Amino acid sequence: MTEHYGSWLYAVTRQAGATFSERLTGVAGEPLHAIEESGLVAVAGSVPLSSFGDEALRRNFEDLDWLGAVARAHDAVVDAVSRAGPAVPLRLATVYLDDERVRLVLQHRKDDFARVLDRVAGRTEWGVKVVFDPARLREPEVAAAGGGTRPGAAYLQRRRTELAARDREERFAVEQAEKIHSALSALAVEARRHRPQSPRLSGNAKPMILNAAYLVDDEATREFTRAVAEQDGGHAAIQLQLTGPWPPYSFSSLEEPAP
Amino acid sequence: MSEPVPLSEPVPLSEPDRPIALVDLLDRVLGGGVVITGEITLSIADVDLVRISLRSLLASVTALEPRS
Repeated sequence: MTEHYGSWLYAVTRQAGATFSERLTGVAGEPLHAIEESGLVAVAGSVPLSSFGDEALRRNFEDLDWLGAVARAHDAVVDAVSRAGPAVPLRLATVYLDDERVRLVLQHRKDDFARVLDRVAGRTEWGVKVVFDPARLREPEVAAAGGGTRPGAAYLQRRRTELAARDREERFAVEQAEKIHSALSALAVEARRHRPQSPRLSGNAKPMILNAAYLVDDEATREFTRAVAEQDGGHAAIQLQLTGPWPPYSFSSLEEPAP
Repeated sequence: MSEPVPLSEPVPLSEPDRPIALVDLLDRVLGGGVVITGEITLSIADVDLVRISLRSLLASVTALEPRS
């Protein structure tokens, strides 16, 4: 049976005549090639549809090791391309039947791509995750408070205190997340909140209260990272984690941003 | 399962560079990037792959946990 191939897209840039290091290969270990059309260049690789076609991908994506390896390989190409100049990353698993169809898409969406390329040029995405440690907020136990004689009353009192404390913690967490997000957004051109990662996924037992991405002017990088460090030192119960620099994954929607 | 998946290696503030935690990467490659529909063999937008991947991620994390 002959193997069929599709065109896996990594990123779209304006770097005409793009060449790639031979060591840089794609998700299937394939060499990369450039598809040029309408002043745009799509960086693509030919991948076997037996592994990267519709049905195969649905199956393979259930395999975490496979997904992890493919995600990292995709990112390695996107990262290399975006380090060379403004680039718009494609979402994982954007596979066309052939390069001709990719050309048509570049033709049809050239204005949209141009707009996004202009928006991300000279800017970098940074990730900030904020975790909250309630234990560092808790006041010393007020166990003796209202120490009634009846055990039932004491229990109710303790329970009320606990509930009030949890309430306070939740309010504090929301306030901190808003405060940090607005302080960092003020230094960014655009900001986007991802869903906070569950403690099981993040590997951190403390709850994540903010998982955000910021598109920052390259000249403002130092100012931004300093602001992150400052927020990190702001309160003992709050910890910030900076990730990046990222290709502008979180800011590459072709749709107009909501006003 | 061979190697445990590096879930979240905290990136210290002083060293804002790679390596990358897989969860952070998946947030972006599955939740960001340009989505084009039509004339395509598969786009992540067609299937709820985010949920699928997170499910397998969760299952794997659970398997790695010493006790729960």
